[in-house]
Amino acid sequence: MATKSKGNMEKTESIETKKKLNVLIVDDDPLNLKLHERIIKMIGGISQTAKNGEEAVILHRDGGASFDLILMDKEMPERDGVSTTKKLREMKVKSMIVGVTSLADQEEERRAFMEAGLNHCLAKPLTKAKILPLINHLIDA
Amino acid sequence: MQRQVALIKQSLFDQGYLDEQFMELEELQDDANPNFVEEVAALYFKDSARLINNIDQALERGSFDFNRLDSYMHQFKGSSTSIGASKVKTECTMFREYCRAGNAEGCLRTFQQLKKEHATLRKKLEHYFQAS
Repeated sequence: MATKSKGNMEKTESIETKKKLNVLIVDDDPLNLKLHERIIKMIGGISQTAKNGEEAVILHRDGGASFDLILMDKEMPERDGVSTTKKLREMKVKSMIVGVTSLADQEEERRAFMEAGLNHCLAKPLTKAKILPLINHLIDA
Repeated sequence: MQRQVALIKQSLFDQGYLDEQFMELEELQDDANPNFVEEVAALYFKDSARLINNIDQALERGSFDFNRLDSYMHQFKGSSTSIGASKVKTECTMFREYCRAGNAEGCLRTFQQLKKEHATLRKKLEHYFQAS
């Protein structure tokens, strides 16, 4: 349970996931990294970041990293989200991978991203309300 | 004082500068992270200044590489969406449409408006954070 103050009004919400998640956030935008890190922390997870897909691949290959969840941005330099997801699945990475796309992305682009090996796809901007039910559902599955 | 802060914030929403995403950011702020929204705003204005500079330089060169311009604006729109900068986001969308249409004049015109909205938002948010 988390309690936060809102002026004089105390608001208690059950906002944490059912399990403490270890999350990798892959995004080239520092603002999105900060935002998504904060969301993950508020829902009770811990996070690590990678600035692009290539860093994410290196983390898994060289560092032997293992995450419960990977939040994967689609458009990134060095290696984009589609290529990174394909590569991680080729490397037998079993983490839940959730793609994070722009609303402007076409249906075919989203489909190609899903087919690369995502478990799910969410549109930016990410919010607690979008991600929490999905994570709990994926944990239960 | 709190009432004044609330009025400043409400006017930002009423005038269309901010949308509900800004409220989502405020939901992520708490006693342990009391400056989260201001920190996010600082990141936004730092990054958007870089993008504005890149686009300015590209437009000044006179050669309209619409793909490159669209790519810059895709980033700009993304971060504007993440902070709830509604008017800036709208101008980003229009700019991208002009890019896709290969309309250089439309791009130039929209970019001037975008810079104006961006500067206004910056000033208003600075005022809001100072008052908070």
